[in-house]
Amino acid sequence: MKNKLIAFILSMGILGARAQEASNNDSMASLMRSNGKIYVVVAVVLTILLGLFAYLIRLDRKISKLEKEA
Amino acid sequence: MRLTWWKITAIVLLVYAVIGGLLLPVPELTQLGETIRNLYYHVCMWFAMMILFTISIAQSIKYLRTGSIEHDIKASSYAGVGTYLGLLGYATGAIWASYTWADPNNPAFASFGSIMREPKLIGAAIALLIYGAYFILRSSITDMDQRARVSAVYNIFAYAMLFPSIWIIPRLLPSLHPGQEGNPALNFNDIDARMRMVFYPAVIGWTLLGAWISTLKIRHKILLEQKWFSHEK
Repeated sequence: MKNKLIAFILSMGILGARAQEASNNDSMASLMRSNGKIYVVVAVVLTILLGLFAYLIRLDRKISKLEKEA
Repeated sequence: MRLTWWKITAIVLLVYAVIGGLLLPVPELTQLGETIRNLYYHVCMWFAMMILFTISIAQSIKYLRTGSIEHDIKASSYAGVGTYLGLLGYATGAIWASYTWADPNNPAFASFGSIMREPKLIGAAIALLIYGAYFILRSSITDMDQRARVSAVYNIFAYAMLFPSIWIIPRLLPSLHPGQEGNPALNFNDIDARMRMVFYPAVIGWTLLGAWISTLKIRHKILLEQKWFSHEK
């Protein structure tokens, strides 16, 4: 689990670096800058939401494990 | 983990509610502008709260009929998550109101004090405080069976008080809050078809999320009970 987490954090760093390299011409970057940059908000809210779901799923798994032991 | 189909449904619906809610077109309204999108989040909190409270009272009645402590655990957990969603609904409503009602360009806006006298806000506050008292009552009784019985009866009273405080009285008084003449957001004149495409899935999604958190709470409490009983022996 710890390894997965570290891998995830590292990959986030790489994504961030990539996002800075590809500035204007990249289609992803132009999408994110269109429409008053509303897609940035969508990405932020989705990240929080998915993070919360991941937390819930992990909690659910832990409780299931305890239930098996009990 | 028990990742049953409805937990996946909750995730899918909420991801849709965020993407669709922020990107799909909405009608252009005076005063509200883009904030009408809050319908998918703020209003859903109250819907989910109401549904969770309904599950809670059903569990309380079941407890009174059977006397099984499991129903008491369920009733208190659903009421707890419902109250929490209510508080979130209150907080989000405060943010929304401060940029729409409390706007100097709004002809209906007189003062901040006029907003504080809103019957809907006062009614919702009363309803949440009544549920707050439910938890104080629970924590004040140490005997387990007595606590379950007294709080189950109180829960029925609290649910009954929801109707005058958030459904009836706010509709009898003049209010800035929409939904004066009917059911806000369910009324077909209030929101158009485009918005209903997002709104109904969002309600289901938030309710399922609330139910998911409640079941986690219930399973945790049952584990604690078991641990406690095994120590007793």
